[in-house]
Amino acid sequence: MDKRADFLSPGRLMALVKKEFLQIGRDSSTLLMGVVLPIILIIIMGFGMSLDVRNVPVAVVLEDSSPAARSVVSFVDGSEYFSPSYVTNMKEAEEMLMSHEVHAAILVPGDFTARLAAGEAKVQVLLNGVEAITAMSAQKYIEAAVLSRAAEEGMKQQGDAVQAGQAVLVSRVWFNDANTSTWFFVPGILMMVMTLCGVFLTAVVMAREWERGTLESIFVTPASLLEIVLAKIIPYFCVAFTGFCLCLVVGQVLYDLPMRGSLAVILFASMLYIIVALGLGLTISAVTKNQFLACQVSMLVSFLPSMMLSGFLFDLHSEPLAIQVISRIFPTTHYLQLIKSLFLAGNYWPLIVEKCVLLAGYGILFIGLAFRLTKRRVG
Amino acid sequence: MQMTGLVQDRLRLFWRHLLFMCQKELLTTLKDRRMRAMMVVPALMQGFLFGYAASYNLDNVPYAVVDEDRSASSRSLLGHFAGSGSFQLVAMPDSPREIGQLIDREEILLAVVIPGDFERKLQQGQAAEVQVIADGRNSSVAGMATGYASRIVAEWNLERMAEATGVKGGQGSVSVESRTWFNPNQITRWIFSPGLIAMIAFVQVLLLAGMSIAREREQGTFDQLLVTPLSPAELLLGKAVPPMLIGLVQSTILFCIARFWFRIPFAGSLVTLYLALILFIFSLIGVGLMISAISESMQQVMVYFMVLMMPMVLLSGLATPVINMPEALQYATYADPLRFAVDAVRRIYLEGAAAGDLLGDFVPMLLISAITLPLSGWLFYNRAV
Amino acid sequence: MAEESVQRPGIAGEPLVSGRVLQNVELEAAEGEITAIVGPDGAGKTTLMRMVCGLLPLGEGSHLQVDGIDVAREPWRVQSIISYLPQKFGLYEDLTVQENIDLYADLHGVPGDVRQERVGRLLHMTEMHKFTDRLAGRLSGGMKQKLGLICTLVRSPVLLLLDEPSVGVDPLSRRELWEILEQLVQEEGLTVLVNTAYAEEAERCQMVYMLDKGRLLAKGTPAELQGEWPRGLKGMNGAGAAVRHRGSVGEGDSAGEGGKGSDSDSNSIRDGGDGAEPDIVVRNLVKRFGDFTAVSHTSFDVYKGEVFGMLGPNGAGKTTTFRMLCGLLPATSGELLVGGVDVRRHRNRAREGIGYVAQKFSLYGNLTVYENLRFYGGIYGLYGRELTQRIDELVAEFGLSEKLKQAADSLPLGYKQRLSMAAALLHRPKILFLDEPTSGIDPEARQNFWRQIDRLSAAGTTIIVTTHFMEEAEYCDRIMIQDHGELLVLGSPEEIRSRMGMPGAGMNEIFIAIVERARQREGGNSHG
Repeated sequence: MDKRADFLSPGRLMALVKKEFLQIGRDSSTLLMGVVLPIILIIIMGFGMSLDVRNVPVAVVLEDSSPAARSVVSFVDGSEYFSPSYVTNMKEAEEMLMSHEVHAAILVPGDFTARLAAGEAKVQVLLNGVEAITAMSAQKYIEAAVLSRAAEEGMKQQGDAVQAGQAVLVSRVWFNDANTSTWFFVPGILMMVMTLCGVFLTAVVMAREWERGTLESIFVTPASLLEIVLAKIIPYFCVAFTGFCLCLVVGQVLYDLPMRGSLAVILFASMLYIIVALGLGLTISAVTKNQFLACQVSMLVSFLPSMMLSGFLFDLHSEPLAIQVISRIFPTTHYLQLIKSLFLAGNYWPLIVEKCVLLAGYGILFIGLAFRLTKRRVG
Repeated sequence: MQMTGLVQDRLRLFWRHLLFMCQKELLTTLKDRRMRAMMVVPALMQGFLFGYAASYNLDNVPYAVVDEDRSASSRSLLGHFAGSGSFQLVAMPDSPREIGQLIDREEILLAVVIPGDFERKLQQGQAAEVQVIADGRNSSVAGMATGYASRIVAEWNLERMAEATGVKGGQGSVSVESRTWFNPNQITRWIFSPGLIAMIAFVQVLLLAGMSIAREREQGTFDQLLVTPLSPAELLLGKAVPPMLIGLVQSTILFCIARFWFRIPFAGSLVTLYLALILFIFSLIGVGLMISAISESMQQVMVYFMVLMMPMVLLSGLATPVINMPEALQYATYADPLRFAVDAVRRIYLEGAAAGDLLGDFVPMLLISAITLPLSGWLFYNRAV
Repeated sequence: MAEESVQRPGIAGEPLVSGRVLQNVELEAAEGEITAIVGPDGAGKTTLMRMVCGLLPLGEGSHLQVDGIDVAREPWRVQSIISYLPQKFGLYEDLTVQENIDLYADLHGVPGDVRQERVGRLLHMTEMHKFTDRLAGRLSGGMKQKLGLICTLVRSPVLLLLDEPSVGVDPLSRRELWEILEQLVQEEGLTVLVNTAYAEEAERCQMVYMLDKGRLLAKGTPAELQGEWPRGLKGMNGAGAAVRHRGSVGEGDSAGEGGKGSDSDSNSIRDGGDGAEPDIVVRNLVKRFGDFTAVSHTSFDVYKGEVFGMLGPNGAGKTTTFRMLCGLLPATSGELLVGGVDVRRHRNRAREGIGYVAQKFSLYGNLTVYENLRFYGGIYGLYGRELTQRIDELVAEFGLSEKLKQAADSLPLGYKQRLSMAAALLHRPKILFLDEPTSGIDPEARQNFWRQIDRLSAAGTTIIVTTHFMEEAEYCDRIMIQDHGELLVLGSPEEIRSRMGMPGAGMNEIFIAIVERARQREGGNSHG
């Protein structure tokens, strides 16, 4: 490591930082990445990414048109979950299912009423497994609706013969009263934006200096390694942080995102995470020293894990143990867990402390690695 | 005769040029050991890791129950929860107040609370409440779990009623028989793994095609190429084919992982699958080359790549269904070739759809290529050459 | 000037740099002197420089001290007292000239008042003061070099290291560069360590180390070493190349070859005289970038089999003209025929018959020599046996057979040039464009190169070449000199000599005279 007497000179640091900002200003693509992309993402993800089932096209076949049969599937009418189309026979429904015109088909067989008395009535549900996500939700919903309707009807017919009430489910979703996936995705978008700005931009920008030989010249000036690395961190910290704040504001305005934890903690944790991301970016560039490779490696170790393994899309609880372990290796997982909890649940200090300590550890690790690997050497 | 001879000569020259271009492109890309690794490792990693990780299925959702009633009815209902297989009981606190802490610590995702008057209300013929509390930080799990819970409760109600109506087998009882085509257990991996086959080609083709010209420009070899008699078409195609090949190889790797490792049954024909992939890659290559033509440095390529890739992946329906999007965004997805590719590959893979069934996917991809390819040629000719 | 600085009083000549590096090279650089390290490509010159800077590990058994500081142990201390101009200049191309200078001045902690005075002086010395707002990436090669020098000289370093500072720099700028160096040595007692492949530059230094393949061949003052420059290190101005008319390049051995024997004594008149078909016709060629006119109304012809030299200071419009001829840059207006094909309309057809060697020998760095050749042969329409045969021929001709399996990036510059030439000649082009083909190549390799050019031209290939070595202009049948986008002079070297009234003068002097005269005229006009 550097043992230079004047380890850190504000003048030199300022000069290098100024240079970096000038370069950012010259190249509109940096701002595109730092400002435009976050806004595009937050709009598309916020509005577009949803696991909430709404208006599932469903075909209904009533082979038995008795009132009882009609009643058992009547829940589809006027429901926000389904948009039904009634067809006359099963063949037609199957064709629609096959061509993805509908994602589910409900069949009330011709002998429904007849069998109802014997307690053997059946309703068939056909789903297309290619739309597994929709199929899963739709199936649960249809089953619950048919069964409870049947129970109600049954109860009515029994009249007072049996003194049996029913269990009624009252479900409450904590932290997400509207139960929309928007609230669930927005903290993830913040994480993605910072990952992109932090890891990708820094990795490529630093690799470019290696590639073009400019680092060689900077090495042979009094600038210390600390100054060189800091001068990369500061500007891109600002870019990433701007992107973060922008997303925060847009998230508030567009989606009414609750912020139950304190803003200070959110900002602090995010700053920590940006530092982790920057350190990772610098480490990648020091290892690859090549823009193209840096880009590919960043993709592999930051973008894909953030998207697929962090819990951004997929719930970690349902993952196989090995995947859970692997996902915990990546800092994004921890940051996402923390920030989601901060936005939706509030300040839960044990979690905050644990994750912040972890993130700080990652930060120290990556920045340290970046220092170690960025030798004042060439070739 | 002479004309056809001339045409043949031109054609032969064209193929030779193309061959040499492709050979060179592949060599420069694959020569470096690290680059070779970058072609294979991401494919394997995505295939395996995400094959396992990408799942919306509920397994072992940790939950807690608070049974304040402690009656036969409450035990019976809770037994239904325990027997469902999707939930895993991790705590039985005495009071609902403790639930808060459990959820905060993310020890449970779901809590079932049965109030003290549960059985009494049932017997009085009243509606007896069962509370289900879900952690909304993960709304998809919360939604799915509550849906599941309501089904369990409905089932239990029906059973109770059947029992109450006597030995007769339960008058008025209805059962629902659900069948899911092509994916009987509704395993989301079955739709993610085929989706990834398209996704990996998307990422690689776009990035490689995008970088190809910019890299030569930074290294200074592009001028040299321009001074050769290669026509812009040959140059463009020479730049286009190698990423396509690499993309296809990666797709093949992912296909093999899905088919042989995860043993997801392949219902379609390989010919149709590759036809779809090639069509898809054609619609991408134009986009990649456009990026390359307008970028001055590799850094710019990367930024444009990101700005295009992220929305396209998100809008593709790979992670969340397209029908869940607002209408305006659903229209936007028509410009996204990945959306059609994901759909086509899934349907070929799982349904065994034939080319004829997939016109709805193929025609848009063809249209997109018909627009982007000439556009990239034009941009290339006017910006790069 | 050189003599003056040799006799600089006051400095004891104590070694500022001392140590043993590479293969037992005992290196000493005395304070206040310019020490040169010369040697052919691949001699280890750049490696040595980087070692002195502490950028490369020294290796076993080596030690090195700069100003009493051990480089291996405390590289950072050394790095803060020296200035180093690497071959790639280390400029930020997306920053302006001023911003680049400010960055380095800030890094070296040059105080404001000193800076203004010093930078101002450097800018004037290098005539860069008009371009302070221009992006470094938009500067021509020579100007980048000057900017690099300014950036390394923003403060007065204890030791200045220059890695081949005059590669690709025109004679005017090169002269200025050395004048600046000598002035600084004199005024500030600067110690300089400079790498060069050229004896004429070594002659301006006080001490010369001659390296080859990491070994020390000789050491001494230029006077001591005079006459024993080994292995191709003869200066272009030295005895070996005193007569520089065409046909004498190969010292007679090429005169007998080909069909040129009959007119080898006439430099300017081509085989067919006036009746010869021009291979290249340029009429009223203009290129504007916005308001800036890079090339203005230029007309000339190049005849079949001719060697046509394009000369001019850096930024004169040479490269622009050259790129338009190759169809790499669309012309703003004018007529442009290459091999009878209108380049502006049929770019591709025009390209079929030409070969092109780019300035930095653009090769695919990670492909081997053979793979590079195969590729270029392939896209020029060769294939199968013909291609293999042609590759074999050229590999033999350019002496590349040992390097066939080596990656192009790992080749020394001289080999890269040969490979580029071989690649450009695979398809037997009728017209060959060479953009500074001899920049950075050691003199022996340059001699070989011109011998090859001579043979090609004898076989009827038309050759257009740009160069910064005025001596090389003598090898051309005709030359044109451009400055500020204007065509200043066109004719055979002999004609130009007589027109300038400078018979027997070296091309260097003539070039400088022509450019300076033109600039004075221009200056006079703008004042008037």
